[in-house]
Amino acid sequence: MKEILSGNEAVARGAFEAGVKVASAYPGTPSTEILENIIQYREIDASWAPNEKVALEVGIGAAFGGARALVAMKHVGVNVAADPLFTLSYTGVKGGLVLVTADDPELHSSQNEQDNRNYAKFVKVPMLEPSDSQECKEFTRLALEISEQFDTPVMLRTTTRISHSKSVVTLAEPVKGLAEPRLTRDPAKYVMLPGNARIRHHFVEERLQKLIEFGETLAINRMEIRDEAIGVITAGVSYQYVREVLPAASVLKLGMVYPLPKGLIRTFAAKVKKLYVVEELDPFIEELVRGLGIEVVGKEIIPICGELTPGILRKAFASVAGVVATHESPLQIDKLPGRPPNMCPGCPHRGVFYALNRQKAFVTGDIGCYTLGFMPPLSAMDTCICMGASIGNATGITKVLSPEERKKVVAVIGDSTFLHSGITALLDMAYNKAPATVLLLDNRITAMTGRQENPASGFTLMGEETFQVDFPQLIAALGIKHVRTIDPYDLEETMLVLKEEMEREEPSVIITQRACVLIKRDGVFERGTAHGVGIELCIGCKACLKLGCPAIVWQPAEGKKGRAYIDPLLCTGCGVCAQLCKFSAIGAKHE
Amino acid sequence: MSDRITNILLVGVGGQGILLASEILSETFKLAGFDVKKSEIHGMSQRGGSVVSHVRFGKRVNSPIIREGEADILFGFELLETYRYLPLVKLGGKVVANDLQIAPPSVLIGQESYPEGLAEKIRSLFPDFLLVDGLGLATAAGNPKTANTVLLGAVSTQLDIDEKYWMAALEKMVPTKALEANKKAFQLGRTL
Ligand SMILES: Cc1ncc(C[n+]2csc(CCOP(=O)(O)OP(=O)(O)O)c2C)c(N)n1
Repeated sequence: MKEILSGNEAVARGAFEAGVKVASAYPGTPSTEILENIIQYREIDASWAPNEKVALEVGIGAAFGGARALVAMKHVGVNVAADPLFTLSYTGVKGGLVLVTADDPELHSSQNEQDNRNYAKFVKVPMLEPSDSQECKEFTRLALEISEQFDTPVMLRTTTRISHSKSVVTLAEPVKGLAEPRLTRDPAKYVMLPGNARIRHHFVEERLQKLIEFGETLAINRMEIRDEAIGVITAGVSYQYVREVLPAASVLKLGMVYPLPKGLIRTFAAKVKKLYVVEELDPFIEELVRGLGIEVVGKEIIPICGELTPGILRKAFASVAGVVATHESPLQIDKLPGRPPNMCPGCPHRGVFYALNRQKAFVTGDIGCYTLGFMPPLSAMDTCICMGASIGNATGITKVLSPEERKKVVAVIGDSTFLHSGITALLDMAYNKAPATVLLLDNRITAMTGRQENPASGFTLMGEETFQVDFPQLIAALGIKHVRTIDPYDLEETMLVLKEEMEREEPSVIITQRACVLIKRDGVFERGTAHGVGIELCIGCKACLKLGCPAIVWQPAEGKKGRAYIDPLLCTGCGVCAQLCKFSAIGAKHE
Repeated sequence: MSDRITNILLVGVGGQGILLASEILSETFKLAGFDVKKSEIHGMSQRGGSVVSHVRFGKRVNSPIIREGEADILFGFELLETYRYLPLVKLGGKVVANDLQIAPPSVLIGQESYPEGLAEKIRSLFPDFLLVDGLGLATAAGNPKTANTVLLGAVSTQLDIDEKYWMAALEKMVPTKALEANKKAFQLGRTL
């Protein structure tokens, strides 16, 4: 059976074919669809964890119980999961464990473009890197086998162009005859107190040596000898670009990018006249090859920032080897308005950011759809570092400002992000008495990454009903005395409560509660009546345009000064713009 | 089968159904016996941003993305986005676009205006540019929701792929209750 699968779908399929029993993840582009697809295999218990650290810990538990486990996250998620990961390297596993890290060169949807191959070296575990969807499937299974054979977690690294590209995959039947999970006590292996861990560190170093040996003959580390004038060492999607741009070159394709097969690299280097490494981001392979005393060209010609493309490779090699000429499109076109993403029509975040803008708040921001509040015309976000950072940042900044100035500081955080890593920061804010204001934007879902359930949603990944976390109670338990819940569609209330809480010389939290307009589950989001603009009433003051709603279109040629028009197909009837119109020109009554 | 690879670039605005169209193309090429790769950036697609999908097929395809200036066909779902990606099309390539304008944020708030005369500009660079009134044709045929399928039909005439593979792909990818309307829309597109 052949199917066209994305890298993520293929990883999910690979997990199924390899007999994975437990899958845990926290969503993050480009990794999210792995778990979203794994639920079609009902044999696998799949769940969204509140963050990546918990996801990995759940996976570790399953592996210690003797089952095969898959844990998936985006590249920055591994930072969150790094604490258990480093020590998991020492304990090793019982059932196999694969940790998928989906990196994002070019930052298509991320706050940095860190190269997670460095983690494999740092943690001292093997890392596999597939070059297409077929390999995504096969390497997932191989990773689990290596994991059990060498008693180690194995990382599988994809990049956006692998995760989100589709190619043809041949399906296979799931394995049979895996051991049944059961409890085994082995404190010397699983209890990492110094006395045990010291011993396990030796094991880790020996394991690494054995893995180097293993890599020398591993089929996925493959020499393709063609023309010997040029040899390229490469991996992942870069392999595809090399094959396309330098079809005649000899290639050493590394399926296991850590640890590297030293002997194989030496053999390959000896066979070719000039050796190159083509890899995205860091000179990871390049430095290890140099460390062997082998002369190699890499980042001198291959960019370190951003993703590679066949065009970039063509340029790089045209200047050096003269094998192909560059081919630039001679077409010149006019400068055009950009088309950045925007909050949806009816998005409950929109009015909140309008209010923050009007209050001239200094907004310590966070990551989610609401980060789009940074864009004009809302323009109300002043910092954004990583998930959960908003609250700690607000605490810190209030410590150094004058009592007058620190009233301006407002942290903004979404429900999923708060549950991911905001709770401990809020505890700190309360306990250490930082007088900042926190806006918890509760839209019942993890919207940014495509509407995944979180503990505020009331449903699990597998569609089972469960409870919804009680935010006011949780926040009160953390020691916050002033907690107020408001409806962000009520602009007047939003402005008023925000103003009052910003004035307050104590920590406080405002929960804005409204479901995301994209939630598909029945009855969660109810569309209102589309609004319209009364032609005779609109004087063209542009007040409603300050919301930046995609449903409100400015028509410069209409009326005396131009007029606003509301697209009835896009408008959800949230009514926020109507509250802004001093001339009562906007309402559900107009056509 | 020759070694030639055919490159199709689909562009438009998030939420327009570009990903489904690129799935139908890929499935068709797979059924016709080709190797296929396709690549696009998700993530922001729901939120009205610019969306690009690369589809490549041939005897064997390596890179999932099309090199700049190498697209054989540009399949545009919106005019401004079609114009934006023209530099990725090879000279003499085919441009097929939907006659639709969606205002980007800066135009909505009156900061910039939607560029005028885009269709003429495209035609001056690609003389056999095919501009399709997707919505109008689909509405006339009885179902405005099939506008993308009309366009797909128009694109299909640019490719040497037997009609039966297109039909089989539609049957696999389109929900049963919408299948007949989509087949009709596809045939309409083929006559353009
Ligand atoms: C450590 C880490 N994991 C995952 C992500 C991907 N990500 C970005 S925002 C976000 C969640 C947003 O949800 P929420 O806070 O509820 O805001 P919403 O988008 O619903 O407004 C996720 C999962 C990330 N940037 N960093």
